[in-house]
Amino acid sequence: MALQRERVEPGTAGRKPEWERAGGVRAGVRPTLADREGVLAPLFLLPAVAYIVALVAIPFLLAIAFSFSDVTAGDPSFDWVGLRNYRRIFQDPVFWQSLRNTFVFTVVSMALTVVLAKALAMVLVADFRGKWVVRFLVLLPWTTPVALATIVWLYLLDSLYSPIDWMLRQIGLLDGNVFWLGRPGLAMVSVVLVHTWRIVPLAAVIIMAGLVAIPDEINDAAAIDGAGFWRKLTEVTLPLTMPVIAVAALLGAILTFTDMTVVYVLTRGGPTNATQVLPSWAFIRGIVGADLAQGAAIALFLFPLLLAAAVAILRAVRRMEVL
Amino acid sequence: MTAAGVELGDRARVEARRRHAARRRVLGRVGLYAVAVLAALAAAGPFLIGVVTALKQDADLYPGSANRVWFGMAPTVEHLRFLLDSTAFTTFAWNTLWVGALVVGITLLLSLPAAYSLARLDMPWAGPLGIAIFFVYLIPPTLLFVSLSRVVVELGLQDSTWSLVVIYPTITVPVSVWLLIGFLKGIPRDIEEQAMVDGYSRTGAFVRTVIPLAFPGIVAVVVFAFTLAAHEFIYALAFVSPTVEKPISVGVPTELVRGDVFFWQSLQAAAVFVAIPIAFVFNLFLERFISGFTMGAVKG
Repeated sequence: MALQRERVEPGTAGRKPEWERAGGVRAGVRPTLADREGVLAPLFLLPAVAYIVALVAIPFLLAIAFSFSDVTAGDPSFDWVGLRNYRRIFQDPVFWQSLRNTFVFTVVSMALTVVLAKALAMVLVADFRGKWVVRFLVLLPWTTPVALATIVWLYLLDSLYSPIDWMLRQIGLLDGNVFWLGRPGLAMVSVVLVHTWRIVPLAAVIIMAGLVAIPDEINDAAAIDGAGFWRKLTEVTLPLTMPVIAVAALLGAILTFTDMTVVYVLTRGGPTNATQVLPSWAFIRGIVGADLAQGAAIALFLFPLLLAAAVAILRAVRRMEVL
Repeated sequence: MTAAGVELGDRARVEARRRHAARRRVLGRVGLYAVAVLAALAAAGPFLIGVVTALKQDADLYPGSANRVWFGMAPTVEHLRFLLDSTAFTTFAWNTLWVGALVVGITLLLSLPAAYSLARLDMPWAGPLGIAIFFVYLIPPTLLFVSLSRVVVELGLQDSTWSLVVIYPTITVPVSVWLLIGFLKGIPRDIEEQAMVDGYSRTGAFVRTVIPLAFPGIVAVVVFAFTLAAHEFIYALAFVSPTVEKPISVGVPTELVRGDVFFWQSLQAAAVFVAIPIAFVFNLFLERFISGFTMGAVKG
């Protein structure tokens, strides 16, 4: 490191830095652009901000504009059509089905995730032999690209070869096949299952961070007072980690209701749109059907959900900081 | 009762309580291991079955009577060879690697200065801007892919892997800035100040002292950004349709599954091949991700 090679002038060490006393100007050196914080700060920020504005903010506004237009992939000329796209969406029963599915998938898998992730986090913070292996295996569902993890499930839920069916047959619970992805109700169960399986590790890691942050004195005090496992859980750990559990649940919810990969790979929204969700419906209308205007309008319905979740996360984070 | 009797009773009671506590501790350990093993099986079980399936002979997989979770015949690497030699898998993998590398480079170039600016150069609007970055981080591809597909066409990058190089940093930059703010705040200010006393400019101090000290954090960001790029599915699905341009996350589910014909062994092999290395690297950096996220959020 350059710092250590430089000879420190005798007398400078321990004193208030000269550049600071001179108002940010090093003694004897003319201040250059590279020193002026008032200029540097925006300059350092500019590339990232410009990039985000160009490829996030503008496309977002563009999506809003598209939703009031008749833009298609084949005819990108922009003509204002008012609320026509929204009227068409509202008349479409598949849209309502998608909206309902999005809610159901998110709420059910989040409820399961919170319980399972909390339990998993408590295991992951404990010390035991082979912890590294357990952690590696437990995190696999989350670290694997969603599309490929879902491919693994595609086989597990296959109509003919499903190993799950095979195991059920072996223990005598099943005759023939379940057809997980072929029946509307079971297809929904499958989608929820895969989402939960995928999000639990992430939620557990976040909750783990919250558990680690609980001061040892509090745990020790609870132990000395003779609090057992459940008592400690309900009266110490849960109240203290509530905000971080909320953050984990909300992040998981966002990842679930904005995702179309699981549905796309497993069922393509089928059978007969039983597992269609807003993102996959927007994809089918906007990209497959080339109707950019309607696709954009459908996708925009994710935004209010997203905003609500984001505000809730920020609130929970604030409460964490008070802690 | 004599004094000795009281003492004896006390000792017995203490002994009983000690035994009770010990039993509870043993039960706790057993419970812990049980839950750990169960969780590992539930999480990794699908992949274990995937590995077995990938190595099965056709005659061991397709008959209805075949064991679906273990081998009935000798394992074979025939399908791995098929995957590597006769499918576009290696092309997909190569695309994911070079797109990931470029995206990581762009991400660092954009997010390092931005994070330094927000963490160190005291600005009145650093707080709101940090929150804005957090919001951008939460914006999902599914909200933007329709209008971005138009932008990609306008840029002349339709059906090209380069469209992903241009678009993926929208996913990686916000989260990287967020993580880096945390890491940079963990470096004592005195060190830069000392460097400036020693004659470096503010920028010089940043490049020569802060970046080397933040190196572990930067490596974590590199891994995280690469993982995000490798995970992405929706943009690649919407923007890129020629087989040779696809990255692995889209190539495998769209090109290796043809209609109703599933090459199950090769498919499972493809999934496991990608899952294991990513998970391995990710685990090495897990602690740093956690500390980065919490520091970014908590340290003032």
